[in-house]
Amino acid sequence: MLTFTIRRLITSVPTLLFISLVIFLLLELAPGDPMAQVPLTVPPEVKAKMREALGLGEPLHIRYWKWLVQFFWIEPQVLFDHWFGTTFSEGKLRILSWQTRSPVMDMVVQRLPQTLWVVGMSYVVGILIALPIGIYSAYRQYSLFDQSGTFITMVGFSIPPFFTGPLLIMVFAVQLGWFPSVYDTTHVVDDWASFKIQLRQMIMPVMVLALQTTAQISRFMRASMLDNLNQDYVRTARAKGLPEKVVVMVHVLRNSMIPVVTAIALGVPGIFGGAIITEVVFKVNGIGAQLLSALFANDLPSVQTLTFMIAVLIVTFNLIADVLYGVLDPRIRYD
Amino acid sequence: MIEPVQKIEALQDAGPTDPPHSQWRDVWDQFRKHKGALMGGTFLLCITLGVLFGEYIWTIDPQKLDIRNKDIRPIYSVLWNSDAKVQWGHPLGTDNLGRDALANMIVGGRTSMAVGWVAMILALSIGTSIGVLAGYFRKLDGPLMRFTDLVLSLPILPLLLVAVTLFRDPLRASFGPETGMFILIVGVVGITSWMQTARIVRSEVLALKEREFILAARSIGTTPGAIIRRHLLPNVISPIMVSATLGLATAIITESALSFLGVGFPPDFPTWGKMLADSVPRMDQFPERVMLPGLAISFTVLSVNYLGDGLRDALDPRIRGR
Repeated sequence: MLTFTIRRLITSVPTLLFISLVIFLLLELAPGDPMAQVPLTVPPEVKAKMREALGLGEPLHIRYWKWLVQFFWIEPQVLFDHWFGTTFSEGKLRILSWQTRSPVMDMVVQRLPQTLWVVGMSYVVGILIALPIGIYSAYRQYSLFDQSGTFITMVGFSIPPFFTGPLLIMVFAVQLGWFPSVYDTTHVVDDWASFKIQLRQMIMPVMVLALQTTAQISRFMRASMLDNLNQDYVRTARAKGLPEKVVVMVHVLRNSMIPVVTAIALGVPGIFGGAIITEVVFKVNGIGAQLLSALFANDLPSVQTLTFMIAVLIVTFNLIADVLYGVLDPRIRYD
Repeated sequence: MIEPVQKIEALQDAGPTDPPHSQWRDVWDQFRKHKGALMGGTFLLCITLGVLFGEYIWTIDPQKLDIRNKDIRPIYSVLWNSDAKVQWGHPLGTDNLGRDALANMIVGGRTSMAVGWVAMILALSIGTSIGVLAGYFRKLDGPLMRFTDLVLSLPILPLLLVAVTLFRDPLRASFGPETGMFILIVGVVGITSWMQTARIVRSEVLALKEREFILAARSIGTTPGAIIRRHLLPNVISPIMVSATLGLATAIITESALSFLGVGFPPDFPTWGKMLADSVPRMDQFPERVMLPGLAISFTVLSVNYLGDGLRDALDPRIRGR
């Protein structure tokens, strides 16, 4: 199991390199000059100097390499220094935002918890709701529960988050006044009352994101359970006299989970896309909102780093899903 | 207790009772049984015709400012609020500049649907070519599928945002604001959503390639190009159609999401997503301005999804006829 995990960890390195190359080239090939905002009175030789100071004078591959070094070597050193009080990173150039002139990673570290908290919660909540629905509607195929479940998941699948978000705000924040419409990220949870406030403000963003997850995953779960319920090994298990609960919840469920885990992993990029929209709708100042503001301010280093951070998160979640895959299906482990 | 053997009816027939019918007739028979798919298909047809030809029936210019008649509520709001400001001339009301909501819905819908269809066709052609190439030519299989897996783990929406913001101005300069944006959005959505189609088509082609009729075709000297065109593509048409519906739904949602985030079409060019985004700040006073485009997007996507569900059932010969 450990070798499997390590092997997966190593294969994710080329993936990350490819993604970083795509992001880098996208920003490089984009027409538009970062010096376009500089007044025309600035003489060309000064402009050339400014260009060099921004690191734009070097050829393409050197800049790519320097960015990789900054991201994968210098930034981890900063983190290491921060944790252990060492001074490895002293005097080394970090990735600076053109907007605030401060290191991008510092802002990412401030904002990442909000995003992870909302996205992670909604994914977990979505999966926790989706699995029982999928299992039960497959077990009682074509029952009333199955029919209505199919309809509701279909609806949940079709309504985009930028519509459910305002809709929920309109109903629950404006009309009923149950939940706040804006997510307060400065809120500190230190006792029961503040925990309840935190819970109340998290419900709406989490539900908006979870709706999509639930719809998708419960459909996969249902289809996969249906495939497995007619298999010979199920009949064998029943013939052995195993209780129905064990047959469904142990034998069938474990085998049906394999494609579902893939679906869960493949849904991760989508959930981060949805997170950007949710952050805009509910004014959560996570990395999605930061990406948008950096984009509009033409702050390319921030855009580059943030997009890549989201990619890193996606690859990490995919990795977790793959390891789970190995836990569920021994054939993959020994491949 | 053995019951006496009945005469087997099937063996007594002189010939088949029903005349043989084509595969597509079977598909249609199965498709008709799926009520949701039928309704979805009908709704999609209606809304497509509506946005295509609605402009000739409802001839108000969607861009015409009529500041005297601003903020008119839709006609149905009289039902619960008898002194709401309504007019028969504007059945769905007007916005804060007096532009007619119905006319805007029609024009906006046309943009959204056009983006959806063209992006879907682009994604399908990329996906099908990559899938067929990877499935048919063993040498290409490894690299192409590795590439597909890599693209699948890209953060799509952030990249879309970056691409649209950075490439907006040059395309606008060369093609004009609307056409440039259309090309850009269709291009980026198409390029980033072909992966599922490619995977499905590849797996189908891999299975088909080993069948006898392909062997027969190859043994009489058919070239690979002809085998792909004549024998493989017609046989993978059903998974392609199913993923076409999924692609259409995704493309419509992605375009609306981009418009919602403020990087879509120019401000005077309505799309459903942009109408929704523009109305969110005042939605406590004018909820219908959020509801109408939001419902339009949701119903269109829902009908497309139901259509896809029905198509999947109808085109799968293992399910058909049960």
